[in-house]
Amino acid sequence: MRNRIVLLILALALPAAPLFAAPAAEPAPDTMQARVLGCAACHGAHGEGTDNDYFPRLAGKPAGYLYNQLIAFRDGGRSYPPMNYLLAYLPDAYLKQIAEFFSQQHPAYPPPATPTVDAATLALGKSLVMNGEPARKVPACASCHGASLTGMQPAIPGLVGLHPNYISAQLGAFRYGTRRAASPDCMHDIATRLADRDITAIAAWLSSQPAPADPTPAAPSPLPLACGSVNH
Amino acid sequence: MPSRALRAGRLPLAASLTLALLCAGAVTASAQTAAPSANAADAARAAAAAATANAKPVASNAEQIARGEYLARAGDCIACHTVPSAQMFGGGRAMETPFGTLFTPNISSDKTYGIGAWTADEFYRMLHDGKSRDGTLLYPAMPFASYTKVTRADSDAIFAYLLSTPPVPQPNRPHDLRFPYNQRQLLLGWRTLFFRPGEFKPDPTQSAEWNRGAYLVQGLGHCTMCHTAINALGGNTASKEFQGGLIPVQNWYAPSLTSNKEAGLGDWSIEDIVDLLHAGVSKRGAVYGPMAEVVYDSFQYLTEDDVRAVAVYLKSLPGHSGEVDTSPKSSFVTEEAARLLPIGKKIYEAQCAVCHAAEGQGKPPHFPPLANNQSIQMNSAVNPIRMVLNGGYAPGTRKNPMPYGMPPFAQSLSDEEVAAVVTYIRTAWGNHGTPVSEHEVNALRSAPLF
Repeated sequence: MRNRIVLLILALALPAAPLFAAPAAEPAPDTMQARVLGCAACHGAHGEGTDNDYFPRLAGKPAGYLYNQLIAFRDGGRSYPPMNYLLAYLPDAYLKQIAEFFSQQHPAYPPPATPTVDAATLALGKSLVMNGEPARKVPACASCHGASLTGMQPAIPGLVGLHPNYISAQLGAFRYGTRRAASPDCMHDIATRLADRDITAIAAWLSSQPAPADPTPAAPSPLPLACGSVNH
Repeated sequence: MPSRALRAGRLPLAASLTLALLCAGAVTASAQTAAPSANAADAARAAAAAATANAKPVASNAEQIARGEYLARAGDCIACHTVPSAQMFGGGRAMETPFGTLFTPNISSDKTYGIGAWTADEFYRMLHDGKSRDGTLLYPAMPFASYTKVTRADSDAIFAYLLSTPPVPQPNRPHDLRFPYNQRQLLLGWRTLFFRPGEFKPDPTQSAEWNRGAYLVQGLGHCTMCHTAINALGGNTASKEFQGGLIPVQNWYAPSLTSNKEAGLGDWSIEDIVDLLHAGVSKRGAVYGPMAEVVYDSFQYLTEDDVRAVAVYLKSLPGHSGEVDTSPKSSFVTEEAARLLPIGKKIYEAQCAVCHAAEGQGKPPHFPPLANNQSIQMNSAVNPIRMVLNGGYAPGTRKNPMPYGMPPFAQSLSDEEVAAVVTYIRTAWGNHGTPVSEHEVNALRSAPLF
């Protein structure tokens, strides 16, 4: 009888959970959405961007363009330490999946920026973007970035929905080589033919454009100049 | 960039250090003998047989090259001798140290600018004795103090592999070291104090697996370079080995690898250590900072058996009570903690709990637990502060090709908020860590990232 009591006590005591057991842990969701939470704090959960000037919209950009940027940040073609650091040990195939994910997001565009420049500057910006300036060998932005400025497949980004400071920072970076694209670096060539006033005008006009009715990037068509990022 | 105690301006300190190293060097120089001992060859063969437990006699050059490639992965040569996206082993990578910047040499097969004209003997002498082909003493940024343990056979295999890689016609860039560190003769002194040449000697009382792990950790792995605290002379103390240390200039803290339960691997299972090193993530935590690179370029390519051997060896390292600071805290510290904790808890619930869960248990292995996590609660608060500021992705590896990542919060949290949430995670859920200050957070905002 005593043995049975001992056994009963043991049977009741043994299966009890340890006193300071950690609470049960569930697994992380097996989705790309969960995997790119590392990007969300700056670029928004769906790549829509945030109110920071320098963290651009990723959503809906051609996957080829986004992939080129991820490679550039990982390998040093674009220099911004928080991005260089985050991407340093991610393999090519995964970067491709991240690019595909954001290219397929379609959150609403933010309201366009209110221009802080005069009408003449805005008009200059519109003229350069839509017509270029052949005398200075500056092609129209629209000739590569799409007639509605929503980009062109496979690797040219849209220019709508960006902050003016971001646009002028990129054009400046292309001019000075802190942002480099695959050779021949068409954006470097174009940026060196633009004066500071041109860049201000382009950035002001582009950022003040309303959201496009159809945000789809244009289908591929011949480009006015050779571009290493597109013609691999 | 944060600086260490030694700056060019403090000439008296530099002068006295120079004197110390020159004196130590003078003693060695007068006592040096030239010829290696006759027993060295026998010892090398015995060590080779024991240490490279799975090695068979090398039947072909292709086999030797394949083995050399594997060993070069274990040694992580690529991390220092290759600039990202530039040609492999072309060198030229800037290594910033408290003594100035060194530029890694070209170790490709190029006959003019690389090691293409070297012999296997010269390569072994470089690895084993820290002397270049022409006798120049190497700066210990090249971890010859660890690589000296590598057997002759393994050295020959690595050499054969390097000679099979494409030649890179890139000349070496001269180092940019401050006086007096640009005087190579000081290295005689450094070597006297900190360098003990000698191949790995297996311990016959331990298993083959333990010996393999010891060979990898002490030799090619050169783990001690980061995981042992480094002193002002750029050397380390044997009694502090593997007990952790702050990596100079890079400013990440390499944690203890001993069996200390709070600071080190004391209550980690072998399986969790293997997962951490082989996949980059485990139920106990993930690799981040410089260790993400080590897993990405080195550990993920090793065999499961070799990674297990490393884990077995590490688990045998005894813990030291001095690794954890148990001194009573000042009343200011406890008051600061009391002030910051409620702020930190609110931030945690709003920003962190979605991934790391309400009680810090995480969603392992992809969202690491913070409760009972050495990286969070150890003496040094550098790592948790930097993770909150900068976020980070686990490396993409064969076992974990699509890793999860943590966003940065530097752009959205103030110094006080970061200090609050880090104080919270270091002290909640039974964690034994100490509070952190806004000052510490602010200082780490400018730590180099890339």
